[in-house]
Amino acid sequence: MTTPLLRVDGVSKRYAAHVGCLDVGFDLWPGEVIAIAGESGSGKTTLLNCVSGRLLPDAGCIEFNTRHEGLQDIYRMSEPRRRLLARTDWGYVHQNPRDGLRIGVSAGANVGERLMAVGARHYGRIRDTTCDWMNKVELDPLRINDLPATFSGGMQQRLQIARNLVTHPRLMFMDEPTASLDVSVQARLLDLLRGLTRELGLAAIVVTHDLAVARLLTHRLMIMKEGRVVESGLTDQVLDDPQHPYTQLLVSSVLQA
Amino acid sequence: MIRIRGLAKTFTLHHQHGAVLPVLAGIDLDVARAECVALHGPSGAGKSTLLRSIYANYRTQHGSIEVRHEGRWVDMARAGARELLEVRRATMGYVSQFLRVIPRVPALAVVAEPLIAAGVARTQAEDRARTLLARLNIPERLWSLPPATFSGGEQQRINIARGFITGHPILLLDEPTASLDADNCAAVAELIREARAAGAAIIGIFHDLDVSNLVTTRLYPLHMREATA
Repeated sequence: MTTPLLRVDGVSKRYAAHVGCLDVGFDLWPGEVIAIAGESGSGKTTLLNCVSGRLLPDAGCIEFNTRHEGLQDIYRMSEPRRRLLARTDWGYVHQNPRDGLRIGVSAGANVGERLMAVGARHYGRIRDTTCDWMNKVELDPLRINDLPATFSGGMQQRLQIARNLVTHPRLMFMDEPTASLDVSVQARLLDLLRGLTRELGLAAIVVTHDLAVARLLTHRLMIMKEGRVVESGLTDQVLDDPQHPYTQLLVSSVLQA
Repeated sequence: MIRIRGLAKTFTLHHQHGAVLPVLAGIDLDVARAECVALHGPSGAGKSTLLRSIYANYRTQHGSIEVRHEGRWVDMARAGARELLEVRRATMGYVSQFLRVIPRVPALAVVAEPLIAAGVARTQAEDRARTLLARLNIPERLWSLPPATFSGGEQQRINIARGFITGHPILLLDEPTASLDADNCAAVAELIREARAAGAAIIGIFHDLDVSNLVTTRLYPLHMREATA
C-alpha cells in the first residue's frame, strides 16, 4: 500500500474577490478518516466540493487512485467518467438528508437506484441487497416501501448513508453528517459511521464544526481559517496540544457539556 | 523498547500574552522489555506531559522519542500521522485518567474495540473483554450499558480494560488507580505485573505508593521548571 487513495495538491478556489480555499494539500490513505474543521466561512465546504469533483478549483490538482488505472486527475478525466466514480467509488453524505435523497420515491428505491445505475437489473437481488443495507444502518426493512418524508431526520440520514454505501465506495465525503440531528441520535450515528468505516476499510473526509465529533470519528484533523489550513495532525494531537493561535482559540472556546 | 534522547517540550500560549511554559528539558530515558518505570516528581513537573509526548499526543520541540515497533525504531517526535496510528494500533497502549468514548455504546463494546481494531474477530475480542471486566470486578449487569452513567472508579476500570486488552508491548499508564479502592487497586496491580511478566515495557505515573511498590522496577525523577514570559 504505497499509493494514497486521494492526493490533493495546491488546491485554491476564489469567488470573485472572496477566498474559498487557498493552497490546500493533503494525502488520504485507504481506511483513513480525516476531519476538516473551522468556523463558518473558513472554506471547509468549498474544499470538500473541490476534492469531491463538484467544484472545479482555480488551481491545484486532485488525484484519485482508480481501481484500474492508478492515480488520475479527477478534473482531467471525462465528465461521464467522473460521474461514474461519483456513483460507484465515492459517496457523498449531505448535511441535510433531503439534499441527498430523492424525496418522491420510496426508501427502497433510494437505495436500489444507485445499484441500478451501475447495471444491476435483477429486481429480487436489488431488493435483497437494499434490505441488507437497511439492516446495517439500523432501519427496519419493513419500511422499504415508505417514502423518506415519513422518516425522522435521523432515519433519513441513515437512509442517505445506506444509499451511498450500497455500491461499496472506497471514499465517502460527508458534510456535517450529524449537525442536523438531535444529540441522542448523533451518538448512534457516530457509532454507526465509525463501525462502518472500520469494517469496510472506508476512507472518509468529514467536514464538521463540532470538534467533539472530530475527536470521536476521525484519525486526522485539519483546521481551516480564511481558506487556509492553519494546522493539521492526528486529531487528538491537534485538539490536546494545539500549536497555532487560531486552533488554541478554537479549542479553548468549546463549551463543556 | 523505548529510547528517549534530549527531549524538550514547551507550551506556547498565544492567548496568554504568548507565555512560554518550558515543561520538559533534557529528558534521557531508556526502558527495556519487562521493565516498569515510574515517573516521580511533584505535581506540575511534567509527568503526564512526558507520557503524552511519548504517545505523540503532545508535540515536542527537541530530541527524539524512539520506540521499537515491529522490529524497527520509530521516532514518535517525527513520524507522520499514518505511522503514529500504526504504532498506536499495534505497539503502544495508553491508559489515561479519563474515559472518552462515543456515548451510548455498551461497556463491553468499548472494551473490545481496540482488539477488533487490531484485527481480532468480534466474538473473540468480546470474550477477552468479558474476562477482563470480570477480573476488574465490573458487575456483569453493567456490561451491556454505556459507561457514561458509571461511577468514576468503574469508568476508570473500563479504561484500564480497554488499555490492557490488546497486550501491547509498550504501555503508558497515567494514574491508572487514581480513583480505585484497595481491592481494585490490587486487581490493576496484578494486571500490570502480568503485562510486565509477558515482556511489556511500561512507563507509569502512580500516586498510590502501594501500587507503585508492587509494580515498579525503577523510578525516573522529574523536576519543576520555571515559566518565562
